[in-house]
Amino acid sequence: MAEQVGTWWIWKVFWILLVITGVEVVLGIIKPEIMLGPFLGTSILNIVFIVLTLVKAGYIVQVFMHVKYEKKALKYALYLPSLILIPYLTFILLTEGTYLFT
Amino acid sequence: MASTAEMTKEENNWGGGSRPLGARYGKLMMWFFLLSDALTFSGFLTAYGLMRFKYESTWPIAENVFTHFPGLEGDQPLLYVALMTFILIMSSVTMVLAVNAGEKMNRKAVTNWMLWTIVGGFIFVGSQAWEWYHFIMGDSGAIETSHQEILHVYNAEGERLSFSQLVHGMEEGHASNHGETFSKAEVLTSLESNKGYYLKEPGKEGEAFTHQESIAFLESGDVVQGANMIRNEYGRKQFANFFFFITGFHGFHVFSGVIINFVIFYNVLLGTYERRGHYRMVEKVGLYWHFVDLVWVFVFTFFYLV
Repeated sequence: MAEQVGTWWIWKVFWILLVITGVEVVLGIIKPEIMLGPFLGTSILNIVFIVLTLVKAGYIVQVFMHVKYEKKALKYALYLPSLILIPYLTFILLTEGTYLFT
Repeated sequence: MASTAEMTKEENNWGGGSRPLGARYGKLMMWFFLLSDALTFSGFLTAYGLMRFKYESTWPIAENVFTHFPGLEGDQPLLYVALMTFILIMSSVTMVLAVNAGEKMNRKAVTNWMLWTIVGGFIFVGSQAWEWYHFIMGDSGAIETSHQEILHVYNAEGERLSFSQLVHGMEEGHASNHGETFSKAEVLTSLESNKGYYLKEPGKEGEAFTHQESIAFLESGDVVQGANMIRNEYGRKQFANFFFFITGFHGFHVFSGVIINFVIFYNVLLGTYERRGHYRMVEKVGLYWHFVDLVWVFVFTFFYLV
């Protein structure tokens, strides 16, 4: 695309993804005590993992898959179904999962 | 008039010639395929979450299951899967570089970066095969009760024991069974002669049983080593089923991605896109390849981290 010059922006995203993965792995190995407390139905650590994952996914979709530079109509066509249906499915199934005990 | 202007605009949109989404049909079709594939994968991962919520207290903890690293002894949680993630991210980067070179009509650079992407994909598929091998072969072994519950062997100090350590003793045995198979009689004799040893459920809040109860469980049950679709030594059978299904489905995507990448690479070598005047095919397979990376980011989190 004409928007970017050179390849520095690719390597920038590479380093961001690498650092985030590194942080996730280190947190996963040491599992800091203070982050294991209950929070939003799970632990703070798990919420951190999920947020970091969404950040990584955002960079891959926006930059690597070029969605950032697409027309608004295409962005909506891709984002609306996925951002409505996937959280909805997740919500329904995880809620049901807790009821399956009873 | 504003309404007339709008009407004309709409007519233009439907009359052809304009591009409401600003992308060619091939790229759009790839995107809509990926969107449906994303919904498929989210179905798998949320189904995994459903089962995990149902069996929350005794669900196997991934870092106690995937502990191997080539060339290193002992427990190495997360390291191997982190390496796999790095390989896939790296091959995603080489793919962006290939697409980028394609836009500049730089055939030599496209060839080079496509080749590296294929190499990265192959290493990833190989790594997954290695992990499957260790998962299927098993590690410490477990006892399956007559109610098909999985129990692990612990000593009085609360350390998990492998069958190797149980039968050959703590000094002689290995933390991993190293492919040695143990019979129910061998395990039962060793468990009976070590009064402090007991059985415990896997997972965060797994229940521990007394020595007497443990022996009764083994007498009416059996020993399990390794994993298949029917039983696995790690815990709930759904755990192995989801592992095989989700990483298998993802691995199949990587494998088909490598093949598609190779076809495109071959066409680059033949000069097909040079003659066509554009490298849009590289961009389309690039989208597919990044999607494979995207799915792995989620599998990594929800299968190995959380």
